[in-house]
Amino acid sequence: MVENFDYSLIDWSRAQFALTAMYHWLFVPLTLGLGFIMAFMETIYYKTGNPEWKKLTKFWMKLFGINFAIGVATGLILEFEFGTNWSNYSWFVGDIFGAPLAIEGILAFFLESTFVAVMFFGWKKVSKKFHLVSTWLVAFGANLSALWILVANAWMQLPAGMTFNPETARNEMTNFWDVFLSPMAVNKFLHTISSSFVLGAIFVIGISAWFLLKKREVVFAKRSILVAGVFGLISSIFTILVGDISGQLVAKNQPMKFAAIEGLYKGQKNAGLIAIGMFSTQNPEEARKNVKDFAFKIEIPNMLSYLAYRDFEAFVPGIEDIIEGSYEYTDKSGKKVTALSANEKIRRGRKAIRALSNYKIAKDNKDEAAMASARKVLDENFQYFGYGYFNDPNRLIPNVPLTFYSFHLMVLLGFYFVLFFIVILILLYKRRLDGNKLWLRVSIITMPLAYLASMFGWVTAEMGRQPWVIQDLMPTMAAVSRLDAGSVELTFWLFAVLFTALLIAEIRIMTKQVKIGPKEGGR
Amino acid sequence: MFEVLSHLQLQHYWWFIISLLGSLLVFLMFVQGGQTMIYTLGKNKTERSMIVNSLGRKWEFTFTTLVTFGGAFFASFPLFYSTSFGGAYWVWMLILFCFIIQAISYEYRSKPNNVFGPRTYEVFLFINGALGTILIGTAVGTFFNGAEFSVGKQNVANIFTTVDVTISRWETPAHGLEAVLNFHNVALGLSVFFLARILAVLYFMNNIDDENIFRRSKKQLLYNTIPFLVFFLYFVIRLLIMEGFAYDPKEGIVSMESYKYLNNFLAMPLVLVIFLAGVVLVLYGIIKSLLKTYTKGIWLTGIGTVLTVLGLFMVAGYNNTPFYPSNFDLQSSLTIQNASSSEYTLTVMSYVSLFVPFVLAYIYYAWSAINKKKIDADEMSDGEHHY
Repeated sequence: MVENFDYSLIDWSRAQFALTAMYHWLFVPLTLGLGFIMAFMETIYYKTGNPEWKKLTKFWMKLFGINFAIGVATGLILEFEFGTNWSNYSWFVGDIFGAPLAIEGILAFFLESTFVAVMFFGWKKVSKKFHLVSTWLVAFGANLSALWILVANAWMQLPAGMTFNPETARNEMTNFWDVFLSPMAVNKFLHTISSSFVLGAIFVIGISAWFLLKKREVVFAKRSILVAGVFGLISSIFTILVGDISGQLVAKNQPMKFAAIEGLYKGQKNAGLIAIGMFSTQNPEEARKNVKDFAFKIEIPNMLSYLAYRDFEAFVPGIEDIIEGSYEYTDKSGKKVTALSANEKIRRGRKAIRALSNYKIAKDNKDEAAMASARKVLDENFQYFGYGYFNDPNRLIPNVPLTFYSFHLMVLLGFYFVLFFIVILILLYKRRLDGNKLWLRVSIITMPLAYLASMFGWVTAEMGRQPWVIQDLMPTMAAVSRLDAGSVELTFWLFAVLFTALLIAEIRIMTKQVKIGPKEGGR
Repeated sequence: MFEVLSHLQLQHYWWFIISLLGSLLVFLMFVQGGQTMIYTLGKNKTERSMIVNSLGRKWEFTFTTLVTFGGAFFASFPLFYSTSFGGAYWVWMLILFCFIIQAISYEYRSKPNNVFGPRTYEVFLFINGALGTILIGTAVGTFFNGAEFSVGKQNVANIFTTVDVTISRWETPAHGLEAVLNFHNVALGLSVFFLARILAVLYFMNNIDDENIFRRSKKQLLYNTIPFLVFFLYFVIRLLIMEGFAYDPKEGIVSMESYKYLNNFLAMPLVLVIFLAGVVLVLYGIIKSLLKTYTKGIWLTGIGTVLTVLGLFMVAGYNNTPFYPSNFDLQSSLTIQNASSSEYTLTVMSYVSLFVPFVLAYIYYAWSAINKKKIDADEMSDGEHHY
């Protein structure tokens, strides 16, 4: 069972997916955010006819194009990796998961690629209005593609709208709208795109601040900061609001992830929120359970209970409670129930897997009564199917420090960004930004922080849900393709070298274009 | 509307959509063909610049079609997605690498400070054009010649007997590269490669306003048509006379059948007509372009390409034929029945497919808006965005 899986293969497969996904995510948020900023600028140009706004638009468009190309390059592999490296996954849930990917291609990618050509090459070939519409469609298309892939990702975290078919040994979609409009999907989409808008805005402010420091393109830079600052401020507040809802959804549907995010081992009523904290060195005796104590922490009393359940007194289960069970909670249908222990879930999971096996035997023997009986057991226990692959309940605990730190750094940066936009806009309004070297430098330093915050968000979401590739139904180790670990290791390094080389080229081309500035044409 | 269709009818509908996307992809690979001829057709910087820019306005369509082809295959026939991509790992990884390096090359090639120099990006484009087309063609060849895999859908429940819970298993250590040992597969790969080059020169003759490029393109049209015909005819003749894989829908058994693909053509006269019309159009476009000063050959040969490939895909999957046969275990072969998504998912996806004509319409509208005038040398120095 679990101990016998080829962990070297699983680890390399995970490492490769993480590497390619993180490289891809270096470029996507800028495309999502900058797309709309360009569209706003071009709209002002369209309305006013002022060529300065056209120059502004074209400069940011140039940077958009450089970033877009590498985003496309790194995105290709991600789609196919579900097949190449996670083939079991692709069959087990492909009936549901494949649809958003195909819809993304048909509805979003063509929209982006068609109108991106008009946007870059059409300035002198199409009318101003058609060009403006094209720019908006590029921004819209990019965000539409994010929608579908995030619907797919949300479904992995909160499977909905499907049933398991023992005939085909896979999950099959029964309600498209339950998949598409799942609260997790809607929330994930809004949180991800709004945080990407924040990144796009910070990117524009950072580069504009560099121009101001160099005392170049002053009007251009201030106009850019104005558009990006307003857009960024609204987006950053919105990101926090939907992030709060996201916390409630995770508490309800992925309690283990929620406990890991807070480093909460022992559940409690009136649970406090750790605003800042650091784990002490690992306690060797408890290391097996992945338990860490805090060296220090600043805690806001009762706040965790409130954030999770909108009730200051609510009980928030910790990691140990989830493993041991026996606490009361409200299930997805709103009923008060007692939590099962991890061992009981494992037992039921095995029952489900055994029933699937028995179903096949009964089918081969054409024994309909046995088929019906196996089916009944399977249906009763299917919600624990994935647990059956485990022996040791402690394997159900994600990497707590990684999840905790990622989440807290993301949140701290999120609040910092709101403050940052407010200060920048006030300085701009009071005409005190030009000479303010401190805040101009802070603006430049904030650029990498925006990228880090975005990455921390994904690390929280994806590491926090381990060991599941589909929550409760399929563990990551059972999803992997049967390859030798050496092959995946080799492709991992090939991707690492290729993507790093392309990233270096991208950064050098981009910095050169920034130095050339907006006065040059579209070289 | 689609609810009235049976699961089997939906499976047929979706195999048609996959076939259509596959054939559009082959047509759009004129971009790849052109990338292998930048230096053959462009003898100075301006000429090469015109060629790269002419292709650069289209490459994203080929790329997007490839991605959509993958996504649509996943959504409609997920067992193929998991079996082939997860099994023939090295073939697909090589194909993906070929396309990754293409995606940045247009944008970065002529930009200052691009680290590796323009030639590197041109080599990337060449690799994508040559290896990408040959490998995709060779991989599709296994639709007719089979591959080395086994499938056990219930393997996910194997935890009590064995540790291996993998559903699709590849049975050779070469993980797909063994396809090149069958020359019939490679012949299809080389046919695709030379066809892509033929389409590319026809496209340049239509899209670039330059006498020298036109003249050289015409010469290259002849040079590429000869090897194309050799490999393509070999592929088709061998296909018609070889044993093929047949599926008995009543018993669910796969067996070998003599002249299976010839029988498929004869059993489906409409498919035969589509295929023959395609081949005739491909040749007519080429011959007309060779004999006259004709610039619309890309449309004749392009439409011909779509019809020809459509015909080939349809004989691969229709008439009870496993579209992805297994040589290792005949009964593991994938058919449009056993590899498909559920009836519900295919129905949902069929509604989504109704957007395809709308997508094609706006692509046509946008293309005609920016292609009103052919690319010429003046445009390369007008200060606007260029590759």
